[in-house]
Amino acid sequence: MSGQPDTHHEESFWRKYIFSVDHKIIGLQYGITALIFLFFGFCLMMMMRWQLAYPEEPMPMLGWLFGENGVMLPEMYNSLGAMHGTIMIFLGVVPLAVGAFGNYFVPLQIGAPDMAFPKLNMTSYWCYFAGGIVMIVGFFVPGGAANSGWTSYPPLADIATTGQTVWLIGMVLLITSSLLGSVNTITTIVQLRTKGLTWMRLPFFVWAQFVTGFLLLLAFPPLEAAGVLQLMDRLLDTSFFLPSGLVVSGEILNVSGGGSPLLWQHMFWFLAHPEVYVLILPAMGIVAEVLANNTRKPLWGYKSIVYASTFLGFMSFIVWAHHMFMTGMGTTISAFFQATTMIISVPSVVILTAMFISLWGASIRYNSAMLFALGFIPMFGIGGLTGLPLGIAASDIHLHDTYYVIGHFHYVVAPGTIFALFAGVYYWFPKMTGKLMNETLGKVHFWLSMLFINGIFMPMFVQGLAGISRRLWDGGTTYAHAADTLWLNEVMSASAWLLGLAQLPFIYNLIKSMKSGEKAESNHWEATTLEWTDAPSPPLPHRNFEVIPEVHRGPYEYSVPGADKDFTPQSEA
Amino acid sequence: MSGHSVEDIKKSVKVYIGVFAALAVLTVVTVAASYLDLTSGESFFLAIIIASVKGTLVAGYFMHLFSERTAILAVLGLTFIFLLTIMFLPYMALTDHPAV
Amino acid sequence: MEIPYNVEERQDTGMYNAKLGIWLFLASEVMLFGGLFSAYVFLRMGDVTGAFMSGSNQLNVPLATFNTLVLISSSVTMIMSWVSLKLGEQKKFKTYLGSTLVLAGVFLVVKYFEYSAKFHHGIFPETSTFFAIYFTLTGLHMLHIIGGMIVIFYFLVPGAKMMKLESERFTNRIETVGLYWHFVDLVWIFLFPVLYLL
Repeated sequence: MSGQPDTHHEESFWRKYIFSVDHKIIGLQYGITALIFLFFGFCLMMMMRWQLAYPEEPMPMLGWLFGENGVMLPEMYNSLGAMHGTIMIFLGVVPLAVGAFGNYFVPLQIGAPDMAFPKLNMTSYWCYFAGGIVMIVGFFVPGGAANSGWTSYPPLADIATTGQTVWLIGMVLLITSSLLGSVNTITTIVQLRTKGLTWMRLPFFVWAQFVTGFLLLLAFPPLEAAGVLQLMDRLLDTSFFLPSGLVVSGEILNVSGGGSPLLWQHMFWFLAHPEVYVLILPAMGIVAEVLANNTRKPLWGYKSIVYASTFLGFMSFIVWAHHMFMTGMGTTISAFFQATTMIISVPSVVILTAMFISLWGASIRYNSAMLFALGFIPMFGIGGLTGLPLGIAASDIHLHDTYYVIGHFHYVVAPGTIFALFAGVYYWFPKMTGKLMNETLGKVHFWLSMLFINGIFMPMFVQGLAGISRRLWDGGTTYAHAADTLWLNEVMSASAWLLGLAQLPFIYNLIKSMKSGEKAESNHWEATTLEWTDAPSPPLPHRNFEVIPEVHRGPYEYSVPGADKDFTPQSEA
Repeated sequence: MSGHSVEDIKKSVKVYIGVFAALAVLTVVTVAASYLDLTSGESFFLAIIIASVKGTLVAGYFMHLFSERTAILAVLGLTFIFLLTIMFLPYMALTDHPAV
Repeated sequence: MEIPYNVEERQDTGMYNAKLGIWLFLASEVMLFGGLFSAYVFLRMGDVTGAFMSGSNQLNVPLATFNTLVLISSSVTMIMSWVSLKLGEQKKFKTYLGSTLVLAGVFLVVKYFEYSAKFHHGIFPETSTFFAIYFTLTGLHMLHIIGGMIVIFYFLVPGAKMMKLESERFTNRIETVGLYWHFVDLVWIFLFPVLYLL
């Protein structure tokens, strides 16, 4: 490797940037694509928020999208809802957290020249890209994009318009992509750790990606199976999810029947609950890196965080039916899932507490990355704790399918995971580009985002407790029990649009800094992990390091007493 | 496994042939058993047990799992737990359904 | 840029990369087929019309038994091809791997006759939930067979160059293909009684 003659040769533009097998280029491809999808999904939501705040009023500027007199049709609203969820989760957050950050920084943090299977890595990205294109194509088929919710519950989804078929094909591609990606991540972490990098010396980010890899690997296939079954139902008229005697538009559906809609729910949530941890674990990994670096002290309770995250991963496979308390499950099985759900909250609390205690006694550097990481802690706390009443069968009866649920999981994913991802962007941008981002713009971005994102989601708890259902096209105007809290719709919508504006400094900052940012040193943040201490910024193409580093200590040796500086790199002998 | 010497491999050929014979015999046995006059529960268990034995033989000898690294065994053990989960928890939820 | 442990084993884990990779892939395959088997159990237990019993009785057991034996044989020739490589008998390797390909072809031909007989009798996936799951499971299994055949063909003809150039790497590749192939066999071992005999 290091001593060998340089095999570097000029590559064509296509090989270098488009069909690249370099994990860093692929990571950037993932990152850029995912950011675009995130923004797209966000725009869909901003349109929905107009409809909710001002039902049946024509939308300014974008009214032409909805045909006659610019008022959004209910079908369109449903499409936007389904696609917002799908795009945000499967095309935005997961690819950004796992595909982009995982791909880029796992090999760097473990001192590997690349991922274990570079070609598989490239295939994974292109499957993801194809899946994204297919999802977008859904908007242009007759009947519009999938409109049965991101959960695609049958029988509705079985008899929905063509968009649902397109959605399923897109999902199969996305699942294939994440399967290839997870095989690659796990193999890389097991096999390519550099000399001296034992398991308990791994940066927590790598651990988080490792556990996430297993979740993707083992939880996604049942959804793929379910997707195939639903495709069979839609294309070959089978009845996997259609019960006998189903009446549609006043007529008994002409199918063999004998299927069960609940089967879909089981197979769907078998994936979709671990998916929640796929969203949150990499975010925790990023936050851990940023916290340790900017508190200038070791992460508190590293081992307990590691054990907690593996336990979290394991438990996430056996809690899924808490999404199904309202399907008429018996009390025994409900009690089982309720118990496992309560148990799984313990490791989350362990991780969060450890992060919180890490702040104690630190002289904190408040840069943009750290602000977002600090924002993550209380926001994820709110998201997590509001989940408990949903995990208890009795209180779930009241809250199920209300805006409370929407508020809960958005607190986990939006100001939780997405804040952590922003932290990751601000933290690693100098490493990826060799340039610095503007700190002032970053702080503006943080404070405005923090303010408005709470303006969106906090009122949802109020509306949800008042009993407003999550899937109402008109935001609840036709329901008497909603009357008292309807005014919140405007507050939430205004916050959503302002949140959109608050992203402009970020977008500007990103592009401007990439072009003409101040030059960054290779270890700008004075960090201890290998990607900062041993690789130049940006790292060398196709091998990352001048010399493959060796590791002599744990990942977070900051402010070691008696050391000459306040950080001791992992690779320092 | 790749660490095996030529001697070992020659020995293992005999094992493979033996496994092949066993698989063939068990196939015939499981077909024959399906003609026995058993309740559906009994025939189910019989068929699953025979299939599991065959599966173990294939996985253990052809796929070398009996002498495989612990890392791989651990991955498969984990998978097996989740396999049981997805196989039986939905079914248990179904039978605990008051309506059924 | 060489990636470490592409060919040689890593000391502390005792594996080369592709071996762990293929096993992880197979683990996810276990969950894929596990999901479908779970659907089978779920639908069968909820079946009040007897569609599963009567459907299963309409399947052709002798043909499937024959196919089971074909697939088991193909597994044996697969492992023998790897053994031949280990012993450096490259000619035998080609014979064994070629036989695996032929046996896989036989499996597909038999399956084709089974399917067309069903279609001929007006039995399609939409006939009942039993046939729906029957066609899905066997169809997906067949796709795995076809995928395996493509890979085997690759190593038999265009990819065989590597056998002389990088023999250890080639042996590893055949081992991983073999693992996949045995897995496909393993799935059939469970499919056969579950669909045909119960």
